[in-house]
Formats: sequence, C-alpha cells, structure tokens
Amino acid sequence: MKNTLLPRLKDFGIVLVLVVLVIAFSVLTPHFLDPSNIFNIARQVATLGIVAVGFSFVLITGGIDLSVGYQISLNVVVTGMLMAQVGVPWYVACLVALALGTLIGVINGIIVTFTGVAPLIVTLSMMMILNGVSYLISKGLPIFGFPKEFSLLGQGAVLGVIPVSLFFLIAVWAVGLFILNKTYIGRYFYAIGNNVEAARLSGVNTRRTLIFVYALCGFFTAIGAILLLSRLNSAQSATGAGFEFSVLTACVLGGISVMGGRGSLFGAFIGVLIVGVLDNGLVLMNVSEYVQLVIKGAILLTAVIYDAMSKNAPGRRKQIGGVPLTVPAAPASAS
Amino acid sequence: MSLAEQPASAQRTGIEITASDITKEYPGVRALAGVSLELRAGEVHAIVGENGAGKSTLIKVLSGAVEPTSGTIVVDGQEYDKLTPALAQELGIAVIYQEFTLVPTLNAAENVYLGHYIRQGPVLDRKRMYQLSEQLFRRLGVRIDPRKLVGDLTTGYQQIVEIAKALSRNARVLIMDEPSAPLTASEVEAMYAVVDALRAEGMTIVYISHRMEEIFRLSDRVSVLRDGKYVATRNTSETTRRELISLMVGRELTEGYPTRDFEPGEVTLRVDGLSGNGVTGIGFEARAGEILGFAGLIGAGRTELMELLFGAKPIESGEVTLHGRSVVSRSPIQAIANRIALVPEDRKRHGLILPFTIQQNITLPLLKKKLSKGVVVSPRAERDLTKEYMADLRIKAPSGSAVVGNLSGGNQQKVVLAKWLATDPEVLIFDEPTRGIDVGARAEIYLIINRLAQAGKTILIVSSDMEELIGMSDRVVVLREGIQEGILHKHEITQEAVMALAAQGEPE
Repeated sequence: MKNTLLPRLKDFGIVLVLVVLVIAFSVLTPHFLDPSNIFNIARQVATLGIVAVGFSFVLITGGIDLSVGYQISLNVVVTGMLMAQVGVPWYVACLVALALGTLIGVINGIIVTFTGVAPLIVTLSMMMILNGVSYLISKGLPIFGFPKEFSLLGQGAVLGVIPVSLFFLIAVWAVGLFILNKTYIGRYFYAIGNNVEAARLSGVNTRRTLIFVYALCGFFTAIGAILLLSRLNSAQSATGAGFEFSVLTACVLGGISVMGGRGSLFGAFIGVLIVGVLDNGLVLMNVSEYVQLVIKGAILLTAVIYDAMSKNAPGRRKQIGGVPLTVPAAPASAS
Repeated sequence: MSLAEQPASAQRTGIEITASDITKEYPGVRALAGVSLELRAGEVHAIVGENGAGKSTLIKVLSGAVEPTSGTIVVDGQEYDKLTPALAQELGIAVIYQEFTLVPTLNAAENVYLGHYIRQGPVLDRKRMYQLSEQLFRRLGVRIDPRKLVGDLTTGYQQIVEIAKALSRNARVLIMDEPSAPLTASEVEAMYAVVDALRAEGMTIVYISHRMEEIFRLSDRVSVLRDGKYVATRNTSETTRRELISLMVGRELTEGYPTRDFEPGEVTLRVDGLSGNGVTGIGFEARAGEILGFAGLIGAGRTELMELLFGAKPIESGEVTLHGRSVVSRSPIQAIANRIALVPEDRKRHGLILPFTIQQNITLPLLKKKLSKGVVVSPRAERDLTKEYMADLRIKAPSGSAVVGNLSGGNQQKVVLAKWLATDPEVLIFDEPTRGIDVGARAEIYLIINRLAQAGKTILIVSSDMEELIGMSDRVVVLREGIQEGILHKHEITQEAVMALAAQGEPE
C-alpha cells in the first residue's frame, strides 16, 4: 500500500509470466523478437495501455467501467466523420473526441454516485447505448479518408523506428503514476475503494472524486481511441467491441483488485504487456481468432480467481464467493 | 426419540471441565502458555483479561475450533488431547459468540433447529419445532414468537434465540463471549435473568467480559488471564474490582474514572429544535470544557443525533451554532471546516480504513487542505504530523507505516482520535469511545478525553456503558425514541434517574 510504485512479490510473479511468454513465443515463432515486431507490439498496446490507466483508477475506487470499448467506437466514429465527412481540421476533431470521452465519463460517474446503482450495471447499460449510437451515426458503414498528419499519430515513427504512439503511452503513464502516487486524489481513490463510508466521514469528497475518476477514464479512453483510429485509418462502430475485456484482463492480471482498494500501475503495466504479447504471438503462430478468445477468457478467469483467493489483505472483510463486480462503489447515502 | 426431541423441560446438569497446561503456539506468537483452568459443574465462571490475554484462544480450544500445541482437557472424567467442533458439540459445549450465527430471513424456530430440523420423513415438522422452541424460550424466561423472523427481533432477543439454539443441542456448558457487548442496558438485564435461569438449572457457564459490574453481578468464581498466561482464580465474593484490575494489567491502576475540575466556560455549542434522521426537536447547550453525556436505549437516536451534528446525515430543521455562528453542516467536509469532529461508534466500518497505514489514516481529513501543495501531497508534512500524534497519544506501533488493521482495539481507537485531533476541532463527539477496548487502553482514552475538556474543548459522549457515562459526564442528556426526555446535572446523575427517563413507558 505504501509503495504503490514498487513491485511487490505478487507483481514479480506476473513479471515471470511475461518473461516465460516472451521466451516461449521467441522459440515458437522466428520473428517474434525482431525489432520491427517489438515496435509493432508497442504500437498495438498503446491504446490498451492508455485506457488501462483510467480503467485501473476506476477499479481501485471499487468500480468498473465496461463502457470503455464502445466509448472507443463512438469516439472513432465521431472523430472520423468530423474529419472525413464534415472536413474539420484533425486537431479540432481530436479535441472533440477528448471532450466527448470526458463527458461520457462524467455521465457514468454522476449516475454511479447519485443513484447507488452498481457501476457494473450503469456502465453495461452505457455500453449498449454507445454501441447503438455509434451504429446510428455511422449507419454501420466504415469511415475513412483522413488527413496525412492525423495518421502520423498512430503510424508515424521517430528516427524511423520508434513509434510516435509510444510517446503518448509513456506520457499517459507518467501522468497516471503522478496522480496515483503523488497527489491526494490518488490516495482518495484507494481510500474510497477500501471503505467509501469511512472515507466520506473523514472529509473525503467521495462524490466528486468518483465523478472525477470516471471522467478521467473517459478522457484517457478518448486518447486511446484517437491513436487507434490513426493506426487503423478507418473507423467503424465495431472498432472498440470487446475492448473492455482486454483492459479488464490486463488490469486484473496485473494485480488490480476487482474488489477495489488494491493494486499498482506497475502491475497493470505488466498486465498490458502480457495481453499485448499474447495477442501478437498468437497471431504470429496463426492461432485462430476463436482459439484466441478461449485462451484470453481462460486467462481472465484465472486472474480473477487468483484475485478472489488472495484477498486476505489485513482487515479486508471476508466476502464469500467474492462477487465484487456487483458491489456498488458509492452507496446512495454518499454525499 | 432423537436427542433434539427430548422434552425441553428436562433438567440437565452441567459438567466439569478441567483444562491442564494448555499451550497454543502460532508461528512467532504464543497465544496461550501453560494455562490451567478448572470449571466446576453448575458454576458461573467469569474469565477476564485485557485484549490479547488469550481469552479467545482459550474459548477456541475448549470448543474444539483450535487444536492446542500441548496440554490436556478433561471433560466429565474423560481425558482428551484436543477437541474437535463435532466432539465439543457431542460433549455439550456451546459457545455464544458476539456475532450471532443466525439466519435473519428464517424464523426463530427454524434458527433454533437449524442443522437438526425435526422432520417426519422428508417433511419438516414445523408444529413440533414451534412447540419445542416455545418451551425453550419459556425455560429462559422470555416470550418470543417462534414464527417471527429473526431479522425482525431485537439484538437481545436474537441472542436468546442463539442460546436456545445451543440448548436445543443439549448444551451442558455455555461459553458466552462478551454477551453484553451488543446489548442495551435493558437487554442486559434480560440477559442476566437468562443466565440466572440457566444457573438455577445447573448449567455450567463460562462468562467472558470486560465489564466489572457484570462479573460481580453474575459470577461465582473469576479467573484472570494475562499475556496468554493464567494468573489467578478468585471466589467472586472474596475479591474486589481493584484486585481484579491489578491482576489483569499486572500493575496497580487507578480504578474508575479520572477526576477533573470542571469550571464551566462560556456556552460554545447551542442546538435548537434539531430534527432529522429519526430525531425530533433536540435542544441543548454545551460549554467549553464541559463533557456532555448522551444516554438512551438503542434506537433512542443518540448516534443519529451525532450524525446530524457531524453532517453525515441531512438536517431537516433546526439550528446549530458554535460561538453564535451557524454550523449546520451538510457534509462531514463542512463539519470539519466548522471544527466539529466525530469519533464514530463503529470504528472498523466508519472510523478507519483498515488496510491503510496509521499515517494514511491520520492524515486523511487534512490531506487535501493542509498537507498538499496544489494537488501534490508532501510526504514530509505527513510524516511529521503522524509522528507528533503518535507520540502525543502514545500509539503503540513500530512506525507510522504499520497497517491499522493489525493494531489492537485500543491503538486503533487512538488512531481515530489522532486523526480528529489533528483537525484541531472545538467540538469533539465520541460515540461509544471505549467499546471493545481493554481496561488499560480505556483508562488512557478517559485521560485523553479529560485533557481535551481541560483544554477548553466541548465534548459530547454517547455511551451505553452507564458507569462510563456517569463517571465521565458533567451533565447527561437523555433521549428516548428520538425525543429529548431531559437533562440531568452532575448531582442528579444516577443510573436510576437515567433509566427512568430513558425507558419511560417501555413495556420491559
């Protein structure tokens, strides 16, 4: 708890998993360790890694945001249409995406804090709404034809090799680490995730903090969406489908507890790399998409079971069966 | 006829248990070191000791929940190296824990016979269960409708259901772990009556308690444990509180409540017509340096009133002023800004973030306003503040980075206190300030409260421990069912006077 930055024993275990995966793929596929493939992985995990920061924060407060996948969809569709069909400058379109992402987060946060409905249900409903809206706007058709400058964000490289998106990833992680470990806001996240009522009675503005955390998640997700759109060069309402589960897998693998109050960004970072390496390696090995789904599902299940069984942190209330995803982050009485 | 179906009225005699030289070691800790204890058939045997003295471990050994590292237990002349839960049950040893093992959504009879339902073939024989439960309740001298859901019963009645449950399994030794802790004053009286009824039947009762009053009221003999060791056994009639306390803490301790010269200062807090959260029309004044007690039965609205003053629950109407300035708080944040602090009743749920360190807990209310530059927390300011209050309140822990969930009840309460003292409050509200805290730490908490009063703070104390309330308070406000019944001045405060106001018109 004190050193959320430093890896603890549990995190070392997960580092070991990453190392084993890397060794396995480098033996099984000839080109896995090629520099070009490494940077390829970096480009692919940029969006996942960026969204994972906000998502981790939400998990730490004891909540969850299942709408991140379709937030990406709506964001890419709106940004894409603004550039390709309305013709606004790419940077204006990006600003709109950031505002839109933040707004969705604020709405999630307000509903979660003021109604006391479990975040799982709130954001699941939001996910369906965003899915529908992005289809309605795009009429289900792919959108393409963006300015060249825009495609540099996700596809460009510095010195010819280092992907531009890697710098965005590093910047977001730096901001994330700062917020979580150096500011009172980060401490509030942990306080709320561990005991929202005690936090409120200690003068923590739990509502404002919770709205902020969902807004931040939306903001970071929008950054991720912009990079993804730039890399894919095409926007579709299905672009972000299933993304929430990749992020959840990465975070839980990295030791962010779905019960709230526990976890470090270092762990989430390793979790993101594991998911990225798996995605890339399985494709290189020509494993079918359906088999990949089975593998990823099994990994998420294993990670969640591990989380539920290792919830013996001191003072943690015993929760039989551990059904954390339905635990509301803020009771209706929170103010 | 199964055991459970024996007529409930049958007289059963208690049994003898002799525990010899029981040692229980956990990695790095010796919870019990060669404890010997002799329980005579049909006696009420109190066991006292500070937190960590080994009482809980001893109970667990006697009930088979824990296997002793060495030692023997003789039950009814039969010697055992260890008991198992099943064996203990078979021998008739039952434990009534503070936390009940009842299912709130089942009715009283279904709870009494949970796990050994009376059946005819596969079908529940409800009629018989109701009959037998009613007999059991009558044996305990209470009338509880066996068809009533346990969740709808008062805590006191729930406890009696728990006892009936043990009796239905033919308990011959009843171990009661701090049975009065969850009860109100009138419920405690009812529980005493139950203990007396069981004693009259010849049941052997082990009674664990922090409260001296109860031990002298109920027990025949009393044994003292300290630091996992057996200290002494006394006939209750031949010992004194002073002796027991000194045996428990291993040193002479001034008994009772520290004396304090109260020179009433100016009126600071003024509450007028305050309503909301289940209380109506509350009005009182409190002075600087005064300790104002709040008495009442559970459900009288004391905690609810404090929640209003602290802004934890919304005020419907009424005025609260501090030095003439309105301090109606709509959130704890405002209350803190208004220099009001609340040490809550439920330390673990409302007072502390258990997985946090001492430092993280103490600094939480001040983190944003005082200990951060912009949004960045100053680790140095945090450390300094923690050090200051840990030293001031003598919090026993290796450092501020110790996790509070691992501390003793007394030290946890001191962390809560430190947290609020750091906010420099003028009004301090203590809701059950010494609940679940051992004698030594309790005395320290009293001294701290007195010191704060002497420093001119206004103190409000809610307590269900009548002695504590009488011992500490300068005046006592009595509430009943959300309404203020009266205010007693120092010379008028007696248990009878308080109860007369608190229980007016109560059927019990």
